[in-house]
Amino acid sequence: MKMFRSHMLICAGTGCVSSNSLKVREAIQQELIRRGLQDEVQVVTTGCNGFCAVGPVMVIYPEGIFYQKLTPEDVPFLIEEHILKGRPVQKLMYTEPVKKELVPRMQDINFFGLQVLRALRNRGIIDAEKIDEYVARDGYAAMGKALLSMTSDEIINEMKESGLRGRGGAGFPTGMKWEFCARAKGDIKYVLCNGDEGDPGAFMDRSILEADPHAVLEGMVIAAKAIGSHQGYIYVRAEYPLAVQRLNIAIEQARDYGLLGKNILDSSFDFDVEIYQGAGAFVCGEETALMISIEGRRGMPRPRPPFPAYQGLWRKPTILNNVETYANVPQIILNGAKWYNTLGTERSKGTKVFAVTGAINNIGLVEVPMGTSLRTIIYDIGGGIPNKRKFKAVQLGGPSGGCIPDSLIDTPVDYESITKTGAIMGSGGMVVMDETTCMVGIARFFLDFTQDESCGKCTPCRVGTKIMLDILTDITAGKGKEGDIETLEDLAYAIKNSALCGLGNTAPNPVLTTIRYFREEYEAHIKEKRCPAHSCLALLRFEVNAELCKMCGRCAKACPVEAIAWEKKQVAVIDKAKCIKCKSCITSCPFLAIE
Amino acid sequence: MPKLTLDDLKKIKEEVRTSTALREGGYQAKITVHMGTCGIASGARKVMSALMDEITATGTKDIIVTTSGCAGLCSREPMATVEILGEAPVKYCDLNEEKIKEIFKEHVVGGKIVQQYALAIGSETTF
Repeated sequence: MKMFRSHMLICAGTGCVSSNSLKVREAIQQELIRRGLQDEVQVVTTGCNGFCAVGPVMVIYPEGIFYQKLTPEDVPFLIEEHILKGRPVQKLMYTEPVKKELVPRMQDINFFGLQVLRALRNRGIIDAEKIDEYVARDGYAAMGKALLSMTSDEIINEMKESGLRGRGGAGFPTGMKWEFCARAKGDIKYVLCNGDEGDPGAFMDRSILEADPHAVLEGMVIAAKAIGSHQGYIYVRAEYPLAVQRLNIAIEQARDYGLLGKNILDSSFDFDVEIYQGAGAFVCGEETALMISIEGRRGMPRPRPPFPAYQGLWRKPTILNNVETYANVPQIILNGAKWYNTLGTERSKGTKVFAVTGAINNIGLVEVPMGTSLRTIIYDIGGGIPNKRKFKAVQLGGPSGGCIPDSLIDTPVDYESITKTGAIMGSGGMVVMDETTCMVGIARFFLDFTQDESCGKCTPCRVGTKIMLDILTDITAGKGKEGDIETLEDLAYAIKNSALCGLGNTAPNPVLTTIRYFREEYEAHIKEKRCPAHSCLALLRFEVNAELCKMCGRCAKACPVEAIAWEKKQVAVIDKAKCIKCKSCITSCPFLAIE
Repeated sequence: MPKLTLDDLKKIKEEVRTSTALREGGYQAKITVHMGTCGIASGARKVMSALMDEITATGTKDIIVTTSGCAGLCSREPMATVEILGEAPVKYCDLNEEKIKEIFKEHVVGGKIVQQYALAIGSETTF
């Protein structure tokens, strides 16, 4: 095996690719050849590194130096200095946003240092398109153990004892789900993987599939052995072309090695996997709708029971687990349930991956032990709120979840604590919001989403969410009436209790949590016709509040139509005749002085 | 017939791991070849290539090879620093391809400092 003295690991997750990481890689390869270093240095293309905010990112080993925001133009200097002369390049390193300190090594950057990687253990370390690199990191060893030396019951017991719960959002114990299906009668059973990630702002599953597709395949084979299945399907949305491509490569490689197919590892166990690409309907993330979609029909949920463990795909016993759940399985089998369940809280074991986005410095993918506080995730790992704005709320669980306010920021992330706040753990979307986000507006946004994605099969969801959306639209447009809040609450509880599937049952959550924690904001909209976050266009007067104005002139500079008159030491004045209500001034004002 | 067995998997793992272990930070020895302009001019690139060939040929594991800038003593280049885990770093000077191979065999693998090529104990950090 050829030895390289240095490895340059460039991120090729969707985030970094869209900020041109492949051009950077090309420049690196050319420069290495130009300097005759191609035999000393290996360039590795990895899946998502997680720190998407500063992409394209690259880590150079053995030093472990983290470089960010690279351009092809940076490459010749970087190669000459770091690779040839051994002088890491400071200007391309990460600077800690609060203290403005340079942090050269990846492990010293809080964003990475405070994370515990299990589901994402190979992210940014291996080339996702090379099965050998996965094998080098203990890949398929757990599968070997499960197929050659464990019985179905032993696997299920290990999973039950580990305490792993479904990472798709509902948190159902994985071992129990497998046990139900293993006990179900039938010769043909199916193992399904849910990669239909649909929450706005969520990209956990995509990143796992892009960075470590073999981990998901290995988890599925182990599940297959546990329940006695020989065919699996991965349901992944067509909007994730890179994930689909890497999965296809991974499946081909695994088949070539005989790690999928007949008589895997000489164990006389057969299992194979196919990819099914979904067209992107949100409801197809619901288990029964997903199965109906694979069968080739319109994806709509059906009532349960019968549960899929007894009658699932093609009416055969079926298990469906989320991408992240499967990625955890090999580690549990290899290291044992005790290793796994020492991390986490009493009822939520292990780690959880979150896609942190919104008004936060370090946008990216983080994996933390269950029980870590929201504060740690947002401030220590996430680096806090940019532009000196104040933290207002964090939205967890996407359209099924809710907004958790500042007063509850010390809530630990585990299934029970998050549910108590009215939000849900969900699949791991975490949208951070600052004081300029209107809570009525955000509730309206999510309801608009669920209303749009409602399949229309049951009345509470089809009609109920529409009425709720209309009321919210009226409130944000300044047409709110006395009693609207109560109507919203009544409708919300009715829909929660009567909708057919999870989509409808949880759709009112964003409304209920925002009413619970930000009722005064609803009241300000309805009674005073005022939007405290200065966000709802219909309620903005575009006038400068002289008491709050610090006379800095930023609004005047931001205005594209020169509608703002301002001179030094003067309060700005907006000419309403010229104003086009684009809100540029409001966005630029650090003091919320424009109302 | 299966294409791979568990033993085949282990073989792949061992083989690839010698290459990827570098990314996990664990190492037994670190060799720094000084690559300032002075070092390169007096043949540091050749010293590096010879060292890499030697490591590949002997299949030695857990070794990190890296570069650094000018060590400050340009007249004695090419230079290299050998750090065995838990021991003080040793700086070698006036190297060539043969000398670095000898140092690798004696010091890095064998654990004995090659006195006649050694300059001093100690190293500078570059970041």
